[in-house]
Amino acid sequence: MEALIAMAVGLLTSCGVYLLLRARTFPVVLGLTLFSYAVNLFLFAMGRLTIGAPAILDPSRQSYADPLPQALVLTAIVIGFGMTAFVVVLALRARSDLGNDHVDGRET
Amino acid sequence: MSLSPHHAVIAPLLVPLITGILLVLLRGSATPLRRTLSMLGVQVLFGASLILLLRVQHDGILAYHLGDWPAPFGIVLVADRLSAMMVLLTSLLAVFAMMHAIQGSDRRGRQFHVLFQFQLFGLNGAFLTGDLFNLFVFFEVLLIASYGLLLHGLGAERSRAGLHYVVVNLVGSGLFLIAVGTLYGVLGTLNMADLSQRVTDLPAHSLELVRAAALLLCLVFALKAALVPLHLWLPGAYAAATPAAAALFAVMTKVGAYAILRVYTLIFGSTAGTLAGLVDAWLLALGLITIVVGTLGALASQRLARLVAYLVVVSAGTLLTAFGIGSIPAVTAGLYYALHSTLVAAALFLLTANVAHTRGPFGDQLLPGPMLPAANLLGGLFLVLAVAVVGLPPLSGFLGKVMILKASLASPWMPWVLGVVLTTSLLALAALTRAGTTLFFKTDPEAGTAILPSSADLVPVIALAAGSLLLVGYAGPLYDYVQATAEQLIYPAGYIAAVLGQATAVTSP
Repeated sequence: MEALIAMAVGLLTSCGVYLLLRARTFPVVLGLTLFSYAVNLFLFAMGRLTIGAPAILDPSRQSYADPLPQALVLTAIVIGFGMTAFVVVLALRARSDLGNDHVDGRET
Repeated sequence: MSLSPHHAVIAPLLVPLITGILLVLLRGSATPLRRTLSMLGVQVLFGASLILLLRVQHDGILAYHLGDWPAPFGIVLVADRLSAMMVLLTSLLAVFAMMHAIQGSDRRGRQFHVLFQFQLFGLNGAFLTGDLFNLFVFFEVLLIASYGLLLHGLGAERSRAGLHYVVVNLVGSGLFLIAVGTLYGVLGTLNMADLSQRVTDLPAHSLELVRAAALLLCLVFALKAALVPLHLWLPGAYAAATPAAAALFAVMTKVGAYAILRVYTLIFGSTAGTLAGLVDAWLLALGLITIVVGTLGALASQRLARLVAYLVVVSAGTLLTAFGIGSIPAVTAGLYYALHSTLVAAALFLLTANVAHTRGPFGDQLLPGPMLPAANLLGGLFLVLAVAVVGLPPLSGFLGKVMILKASLASPWMPWVLGVVLTTSLLALAALTRAGTTLFFKTDPEAGTAILPSSADLVPVIALAAGSLLLVGYAGPLYDYVQATAEQLIYPAGYIAAVLGQATAVTSP
């Protein structure tokens, strides 16, 4: 499972970075989204991967899932969602103000 | 029931937060009411910050455990000398930026005051928080407010600059989370005092992971502090912003510098064993390059606002050079320089707004324009601020730069620091002289008439310029304060004891 998660994070990051470097705002927004998925998955995995373990300390059980990364990733998802909404609106605004969807506002 | 003195720590967060919420609720009401409330909030914040500073100076480091959860499990706010100083600086700046904004520029968008208050909430939170994840959260709060403030007033130039600014900062936030996640995954805590204790005895196999996370964090903070090559977002964004917002943004690069200073003295400071002094050489070298690049940008600027924005880059480079040297005198000098450069940069942004307003359609472009009816006043203020920002005697920039140069004498980098700082000061002087003569002396009789600047608009500029004079007048007590601050940073034992000790313990440094 670790290898799978690691590959997923890597794939999402590389796709995200590739799209971020495009010159149109729509791929950039998509790239940001993919990048934030990768970050969230990474942050979540930092509490170690466990299956079927409770998120509280229980003396009768051997393992537990660390609840803190779950709380952190929840915060990060909420913030990331708000930021994505903002950047979408901003990209639309820039499209109408500058007349095109190039990130520098000029056709080359 | 009496209020614990520790509540002074959370007051600088609650005041802008409550004011901001009230302003959201009152968004349909008359402009004078909202202006009064916003101004009142900023003034109360200034009072609260002053009380916090006096208390920290008197009682030592204050730790505020939210919900009385013991650190490192709960959220903790910590006010040491550095935090208290930065909070006071921010609120002082906010008072003058607000004085400028309520002259009319706040009416170009609907939510200026709300965003302004939330920006202050985020800034103060970033300065006061005691753990890395909340540092991230407060960064996001101040960034989303700054996105709004940057776009305040709208226009094509702001959309373009805003898009770059937002995307760059979102990538920065992602990297911040990766660094935070790595640190948590290896060390199992995010409380900065606790992290500081855990990095001292790391097993060899996790050392490299922590080093990677530490460098990634430095990258994120360097992005906020506008260190070369991560400075490219700044000139466009600051030059395009509303002047009142730009004046407040003068403290934003300082947030990055603050975070660098905090993390690399507390967590990866002298106690961190093999990880100690991890970024010092990077900061020094990149800081010096930043000074050069910023100065060249200032020389090439065609608009006054852009020139001032490049001077902000220069000041960020100077600051991080001082922090990169890393000794107590160097950090002392850097902190004094941070106070000076923030006030003067804000004053220059506000003065630019006045000049642009006076020149009508010519704005702040460095072209011969109409003869200015108040050229003596505006030009005089420009001269004073230029002298201060370049670092000529007798103003605060001179003292700050002399302190930094003196501190660099003990460093092996001394020839580089001296050479770069002195040469670029001369070049910055040339850039400002060119701007000043173009704006105030080279007038074009065909260019129409200029508008008289209103005296109310000039009050904040004069007050901030007077702040530079006060920094010189009270240099003695200020020096003592920043020196004690630097000592508190370099020897973080007091900070760690204050956070991880008893909830009510007050530890003197």
